[in-house]
Amino acid sequence: MTTIALYTLAGIGLFVVGTLALFATPHLLRKILALNIMSSGVFLILVSIARKDSSAAQTAEIDPIPLALVLTGLVVAVSATAMALALICRYHAATGRVTLPEDSSS
Amino acid sequence: MNSISVGVWAVLLVSMPLALALIAYVFGRRVRPLLVWIAPAAMVACVVGIVDALMTHGPSVYQVGGWAPPLGITWRIDGLCVAMLSVTTLTIGLVCVYAAKYFSDAEDESGSVGSDLFWPLVFFLWSALNALFLSADVFNVYVTLELLTLASVGFIALSGTPQALAAALRYLVLGLLASLLYLMGVALLYGTYGTLDMGTIADQLTPNLPTWTAAGLLLAGLIIKTALFPLHFWLPPAHGAAPAPASALLSALVVKASFYLVLRYWFDVFDVSTVVAGQLLGSLGAGAIVWGSVLALRAERLKNLIAYSTVAQLGYLFLVFPMSSSPDVAKTAWLGVVLFALSHSLAKASMFLAAGRIAQLGNGDRLDAMTGVGRQAPLAVTATALAGVSLMGLPPSGGFAGKWMLLVAGVKSGQWWWALVIVLGGLLTAAYLFRFWRVAIAASDSGTDSAVRTNWQLELPAVALGAAAMLLLFFTPQIVELLELQAADSSNTLAEAIP
Repeated sequence: MTTIALYTLAGIGLFVVGTLALFATPHLLRKILALNIMSSGVFLILVSIARKDSSAAQTAEIDPIPLALVLTGLVVAVSATAMALALICRYHAATGRVTLPEDSSS
Repeated sequence: MNSISVGVWAVLLVSMPLALALIAYVFGRRVRPLLVWIAPAAMVACVVGIVDALMTHGPSVYQVGGWAPPLGITWRIDGLCVAMLSVTTLTIGLVCVYAAKYFSDAEDESGSVGSDLFWPLVFFLWSALNALFLSADVFNVYVTLELLTLASVGFIALSGTPQALAAALRYLVLGLLASLLYLMGVALLYGTYGTLDMGTIADQLTPNLPTWTAAGLLLAGLIIKTALFPLHFWLPPAHGAAPAPASALLSALVVKASFYLVLRYWFDVFDVSTVVAGQLLGSLGAGAIVWGSVLALRAERLKNLIAYSTVAQLGYLFLVFPMSSSPDVAKTAWLGVVLFALSHSLAKASMFLAAGRIAQLGNGDRLDAMTGVGRQAPLAVTATALAGVSLMGLPPSGGFAGKWMLLVAGVKSGQWWWALVIVLGGLLTAAYLFRFWRVAIAASDSGTDSAVRTNWQLELPAVALGAAAMLLLFFTPQIVELLELQAADSSNTLAEAIP
């Protein structure tokens, strides 16, 4: 019970820290890292959901669906991160900047 | 029995564009005629098949691969889903015809590679949109949303200019944030209900803290993707930076896809009737109508004007939520907003295609350089007029039908202030659209070439989309009949659908 609660709390903590970092840092690479930390938080929560009835015995059944969701989520996160990194490289090559311009509206 | 034939059309609608995307990427220009002409025709055939199956057999549920929930993924084929599929197919099909000419002109001039990448992206987008409209599984929807975001980022970055790359990155970061909020909501829902099937969650729904937190996270993620004011700031640079055919798809379909999910969750899953949340979303919608219009009034470029207009028009879509709290008008408001969304898709695609053609005439995208462009490209300007009638919500147009139903629902539910917002929004739309028409119809400066330069392939798709937005009004009874084909009891249809 306590380990599961710990996982869930850690997941929520990672998600919140990632969200804060996303808004606090202008550097694009850090923003991508922050998004990855957020997704790790969600995955940790999904993993803790997979094992609900752990209070009974340590050999409790493990629900495979959340684990499948985590695997799919990892694939999505890897592809999105790869695309973001490629875009940042192109953006840096074109402008020499690593942050987005302040004024978004043209 | 019947669910199998429906399922075949549904599977084709998702798998065929996915295969075509790969073919387009591998074979490049050699398969261009297949992509431009044959593929859209085949997609239209599939949509006709699924509409026909829906009309004859009624709404149904298809289990992908024959796996029943909770393990398998469910697709739901009902009126709203099929209406979105039809408009998507019509819009992308015509955009393909236009894009073939638009990009081949660009290739002749510069030999740019951007156009080669357009075609795989179109079919990825098409597949993601179709899967999103069909899916009734909260996690499967997350996957389709991510596919949609990645394809859209590709479209925005297509031109490769620093502005386009910055807009694409901004959209990607916000889109990923929105997706993660959504995924967190999915995790909470699964932890609470032990299923990912929308119908099952709706049946078992109990109002408790995890459910409302999940609902808040899901809706927050989807609202960021729909660019509701004040989270609209990413949209105008993104839609303005993309090449015209890509802007048309982004503004007409991509933002509508996340709105479609908001509508589904609000009415079908959570059945939210909280007055506070409804009024809040309605107020944000009203803010979008006013602020988006003000920005459109100040825009200096035609494509930016149209992009700000999208921000404003998306505001109307959120007026359905405050009206949903009074049960006797909820249905009218729901039908009105769906009609409005469908006609806005057609009209906005028409606007962007016409704007792309007008900018191509040599003077660029600035409004003050477009004097007399109505003489050079009368068909393109006619298309903006047809689409404009629908955007302003004047008869005869689908936009009028949608706005009228929203007005009636607003007055009947005693919330007259929303009716005021709708009327004010119409006037503001007229104001910013006439900024363009006044310039376009004016006599051109002496010395400039004002000969008519008609290009059928670049102008007829825009005219057809604008005309389709108008024609929606005359088919309103049939569309309403289609939209009312909803699964009354999801458990019944589920039992029948097992093959």
